[in-house]
Amino acid sequence: MQLKSFIIGLGILFIGKHGNAQNVDLFAEENKIPSTDIVSSTFKSSRIVNGHSIENVGAGVLDFRISHRFGAISSGSYNLFGLDQATMRIGLDYGINNRLMIGAGRSTYEKQYDGFLKFKILQQQNGERNIPIGISYLASAIYKSMKDPSVNYIPYASDRFSYAHQLLFASKINDYFSLQLSPTIVHYNLVDSAKIPNDFKSIGVSSRIRISKRVNITTEYFYRFDKLAGYYNPLSLGFDIETGGHVFQLHVSNSTGMTERTFINETTGSWGKGDLCFGFNITRAFTIRKPKELKAIKW
Amino acid sequence: MNKKTTLLILFALVATISLNAQRIFATKTGQILFNASGGAEKIAAANNQVDAKFGEATGQIVFAVLIKGFKFENQLMEDHFNENYMESSKLPKADFKGYIKNIKEIDFSKNGKYPANFEGDLTIHGVTNKVSTKGQIEVVQGKPTIVGDFSIKLANYGIKGAYIGDKIAGDVKIKVNCKFQN
Repeated sequence: MQLKSFIIGLGILFIGKHGNAQNVDLFAEENKIPSTDIVSSTFKSSRIVNGHSIENVGAGVLDFRISHRFGAISSGSYNLFGLDQATMRIGLDYGINNRLMIGAGRSTYEKQYDGFLKFKILQQQNGERNIPIGISYLASAIYKSMKDPSVNYIPYASDRFSYAHQLLFASKINDYFSLQLSPTIVHYNLVDSAKIPNDFKSIGVSSRIRISKRVNITTEYFYRFDKLAGYYNPLSLGFDIETGGHVFQLHVSNSTGMTERTFINETTGSWGKGDLCFGFNITRAFTIRKPKELKAIKW
Repeated sequence: MNKKTTLLILFALVATISLNAQRIFATKTGQILFNASGGAEKIAAANNQVDAKFGEATGQIVFAVLIKGFKFENQLMEDHFNENYMESSKLPKADFKGYIKNIKEIDFSKNGKYPANFEGDLTIHGVTNKVSTKGQIEVVQGKPTIVGDFSIKLANYGIKGAYIGDKIAGDVKIKVNCKFQN
């Protein structure tokens, strides 16, 4: 064999060796599974105390929610520290898809009916895209069905409506702390006099602090830019306690309202005067529509 | 160049090509299910976005899955799974890197069901353990489907919680079903 051909042969063998190396080492490859991680559990429930959190109930989940607010603890032993004066709201929430939820409820206060929809405009996420906050939009309508004591003016049905629009900006800063800002407009179709505006602006500041795997502390405060005389800014402090299928929310607040209009603009209690009220929310989730992943699975 | 050299070159080229021919089977839509029911309440979830690959020549097989991709019937359960048990914001992935030990016995050109032995490292919740299990590879028109099941002890993966051993089974059954393309 000539030297030349020997060299060429060696060269080709070398290429051949190289080809062998293309037996790709699968262990060395980085797995490129889509790593968009949508942040979950910014808050533990769809409500913080009275107000909405950025959380929705899951797609296909029906959430049955009972909320109780007792009277002021300062009303003394005659009222058993407020326990005699319970107001309540009973409601059903439903997740239409992962972004949209709707709900309706009835409160004993003013015999209000309310309905709302909440839509996730932007979801906080890490991974391929880093978005540090989530934004949701909440619209609710509140109908006061209590008969009006006034005899001078018989209200139209439309006079009984008020509306709330909120943008919810929330960020789960870490596993232990979440913060939410909720600029709000409440519109009343009818107010007591021409001097009073129909639109009331406010901003809510809420937080969640996780103190253990199952217990969280929540705070909720609304600052009102437009004030109705004689009412206070609502401030609430609560505990979210998780058990299997429930979230218990226990709290003290100067507000006993459970619809946006009532608790933001018409809070009668003052922390300064010790008008604190005990309250709780209980929810139970029912899965109405199974996630598609779980259909057609036999165990 | 003489004839001999040309032959040598041709031979080497053929060798190169055959060495190159390791086929990789892959899927991004494999399915992994688990069942961790300890009592009456069903605690089970499914993930239909399993990324899996294996090489025909080496028998290397890898599975990777996002923990958040597991869907439960109950949203709250899913939140608890992610936040309290799996800590999926810190530890988002689980994976398996191992070998199909008897890959040589499987003829990917012939339809049929072949028993397969898997062995390798399973990483869940940031903890790696050796696992081995028997499964099956079914070949239909050159496309293999891997099915198998095995169970793991949560304690071995540092997964802790008050309900484990009670409502949540300490041993979790896992089922794999991945249909590969080539």
